Amino acid sequence: MFPFYRLFRFEKHFAVILIGIVLFSTSCFSGRRGKGDPVKIQGAGSTFINPLMQKWVSEYGKLYPNIRIDYQSIGSGGAIKQIKERTIQFGATDIAMKDEDLASAPSAILHIPVVLGAVVLTYNLEGVEKPLRFSPDIIADIFLGKINRWDDPRIRAENPDANLPADGITVVHRSDGSGTSAVFTNYLSKISPEWKERVGEGTSPSFPVGLGGKGNEGVTGQVKQTPNTIGYVELAYAVKNKMPVAELKNKAGNYVVPNFETVTNAAAETINETPDDLRVSITDAAGGNVYPISSYVYVLIYKDQTDEVVGRVLVDFLTWGINEGERFAEGLYYSPLPEAMVKRASAKIALVEHNQKSLRGTAGPDPMN
Amino acid sequence: MASDLTENTTSTAPRVNNPIGDRLFRGALIAAASLILIILISMVAVMFYSSRLSIREFGFSFIIGQVWDPIKGEFGALPFIFGTLVSSLIAIVIAAPISVGVAIFLVEQAPKSIARPMAFLVELLAAIPSVVYGLWAIFVLAPFLRVYVQPPLQDVLGFLPFFKGSTTGIGMMTGGIILAIMITPIITAVVRDVLEAVPVTQREASLALGATKWETTRIVLANASSGIAGAIVLGLGRAVGETMAVTMIIGNRPEISASLFAPGYTIASVIANEFTEATGDLYLSALIEMGLILFLVTFIVNGLAKLLIFSVTRNTVQRS
Amino acid sequence: MDQRRITNLIMTTLTAACAFGVVALLILILSYISYQGISSLSLSFLVETPKPVGEGGGIGNAIVGSLILLGLASAVGIPLGIAIGTYLSEMGSGWYGTIVRFVADTMIGIPSIIFGVFVYVIVVLQQGYFSTLAGSLSLALIMIPIVTRTTEEMIRLVPKSMREGALALGAPEWRVTMNIVIPAAMTGIATGAMLSVARVLGETAPLLFTAFGSRFYNIYLDEPMASMTVQIYNYAISPFEDWHDKAWAATLVLITLILTINIFVRYITRKKY
Repeated sequence: MFPFYRLFRFEKHFAVILIGIVLFSTSCFSGRRGKGDPVKIQGAGSTFINPLMQKWVSEYGKLYPNIRIDYQSIGSGGAIKQIKERTIQFGATDIAMKDEDLASAPSAILHIPVVLGAVVLTYNLEGVEKPLRFSPDIIADIFLGKINRWDDPRIRAENPDANLPADGITVVHRSDGSGTSAVFTNYLSKISPEWKERVGEGTSPSFPVGLGGKGNEGVTGQVKQTPNTIGYVELAYAVKNKMPVAELKNKAGNYVVPNFETVTNAAAETINETPDDLRVSITDAAGGNVYPISSYVYVLIYKDQTDEVVGRVLVDFLTWGINEGERFAEGLYYSPLPEAMVKRASAKIALVEHNQKSLRGTAGPDPMN
Repeated sequence: MASDLTENTTSTAPRVNNPIGDRLFRGALIAAASLILIILISMVAVMFYSSRLSIREFGFSFIIGQVWDPIKGEFGALPFIFGTLVSSLIAIVIAAPISVGVAIFLVEQAPKSIARPMAFLVELLAAIPSVVYGLWAIFVLAPFLRVYVQPPLQDVLGFLPFFKGSTTGIGMMTGGIILAIMITPIITAVVRDVLEAVPVTQREASLALGATKWETTRIVLANASSGIAGAIVLGLGRAVGETMAVTMIIGNRPEISASLFAPGYTIASVIANEFTEATGDLYLSALIEMGLILFLVTFIVNGLAKLLIFSVTRNTVQRS
Repeated sequence: MDQRRITNLIMTTLTAACAFGVVALLILILSYISYQGISSLSLSFLVETPKPVGEGGGIGNAIVGSLILLGLASAVGIPLGIAIGTYLSEMGSGWYGTIVRFVADTMIGIPSIIFGVFVYVIVVLQQGYFSTLAGSLSLALIMIPIVTRTTEEMIRLVPKSMREGALALGAPEWRVTMNIVIPAAMTGIATGAMLSVARVLGETAPLLFTAFGSRFYNIYLDEPMASMTVQIYNYAISPFEDWHDKAWAATLVLITLILTINIFVRYITRKKY
């Protein structure tokens, strides 16, 4: 006969807790959505677009409380991986998918540009008041390590009034794979044949010199804390941290400050060269008042939606985004899409379908009905 | 059941007292232990499978290769192995003696009224997320080292290759130090428990023979040495696998340099940095192969640590 | 005689210096965190869900999420860890034990992201969605080796006399282990458990691939779950000071949470004699 009376309170407590947890857990499976439950959609991807996306999903959620959209920063590459696995319903990426990636996806994926970003050069130089000016070849040579002193004659030639110190340049780049790096190296590859050959472009370039910071905020932090450094970050990080932003000489020969106008212009001026699938690089764009290191941020969705409700919501959400959502862009330091691109993006969204029927225009005040 | 009791009540082998209970118990324990083996084996298997592209492509040269260029498709692990080993070595060299010192103070020296709150505070260090350590390192530790520590070191010892190069505050030295800070509470907490478990009689006997406090402590340490060794291994494991704090402050440059001021790169950091963004099968499989190499490095480091400790404690009296 | 006294004095001073130095460091770091984050702490911060930049919001759902993830992970990880540690100390002197011990030691050194990826491959990809269960599993895997190692060390330190006394009274071996040895080692085992709790409550990377993240309150185990570390990560990597302040405040809350759990567990497992 098992001596129950000898059960130590130690075991009793343990058993009670265990049973409690088991009971609790089994009641906690939602059965993945019944009728009348809120529509739950997961998106993920670019960390760069996160603040704007959070604003969008929050504002959209105010319009339609029954729709819960979650967006999580896991990186542009993460978006591409996860959308191929269908663990997320939409992705956001700073860099367009490559052909091989598109080909290996289960079905066709559309790129919808939603907003613009700019990669700026920021630095830490005591005693330098006005923004420094750089021409493209100087930038390339700094990052190649060929120019390694701040008082180099070439830098001085472009900035005759600046109080440049006689110190070495410490380059700060990204250590993690990033769309920002991809855009920056894409620019460098266009303006410097040596860069293109030695390093190339991509999300994880092997920089010839410099320290690696983790994330935009890591590079910002290192540049801010360490004197005589120069690094590349997204515009918002430099501005919000009150750090200087360099003026770059663009293709037309003008020194431009990165701001909403010059970045949106980069998109507007390149509309005609933009291919039908909207995957395009707009760095080093032609045009007078154009900032040379600008880029689109894309939302990725499947052309053929397997779930009708989810599809309708996605279509409505994205349409809302590129129309009403754009007004939140500037407040968060993103540049809005030019009108011409909004039209083309809308046309792309109209292609999203379910069972060969376009989902466009099926959404009314409440996409659920 | 009753028959078991009457059968062997006079036997000296207690095991027979409740054979089913014992066997179930031992079976459950063996099952649990086997579970951990199964987990590791399946992890390694999955990783081997996912990294087969890279293994086939590079073979052994992966381990000795020094170039890490995802764009060109060249991958080599040596700088990362170097970075992991050096940063962990710095960390353990700094943290082990200090942690043991703290534990000794808390258990042997300090009066209970001080010891309890202090012990609590030290454990609090373990509660700080590694991301926060990284941020503190960027904004406080690195500038401090850059201004107050590295220049004097370079002035005095600059002829040694360890102290050459530009002093940015970001690099191997800072990485090692922040790791040391992070693993100290772990080692201290375990050593404290170990020291407290040594029976008071040992200390009393020593003191009764006229030994000083410190000499008594030495005896206690000898008693507890295998536990202390376990604590150090725990700390070392944490140092080798730590990602966030290190990658924010070590400079992330895959280069092998003798200088402590130079930037470095660890295996854990490169996996964390590049894994989410990596697209392309060779790239992904190279990163996973890095994970396998980390397994290997941890294995070897643990083995060496155990050997070292074994040789040191071989002649001392061990608690079973 | 003097030589020994001097050595004694030096060593006492040294160890005291170590201890006070470490505590001073802690106070330094804690003050830095508090200085950065205290201004954002408020009741609404603890209860509300995250909002876009400039609109306030809080980490209420993240706190609940972290607790749920921790609870599940501990329910699986701590008992398993204790079991394996017990195996190693009781029956682990043979070849099998050596292998298991080595495996546990190695697992401590594995970066958490690898566990996250592993669980992603065998759970998330199989199910096709991110879930709390997957998140807890990856955390449990991180906890197990830490608890195992400390349990083994602590059980080893239980004096033989206790064991022999119980055996002499006729208790079966398994009872001796369960009801005498383990409770005797309980404070030490609790240390290991607390170390593992502190570790997993500070982990971000594995959760990103398994539990994902959410801006809503959620308790379902087969859906994504918010957690404090992921929320801190989201706030900290942005360029906005408003979110940075929230990241620091969330860190303070996290540390306080770990502290509270620590105190609670230590109280329950205190030596009563």
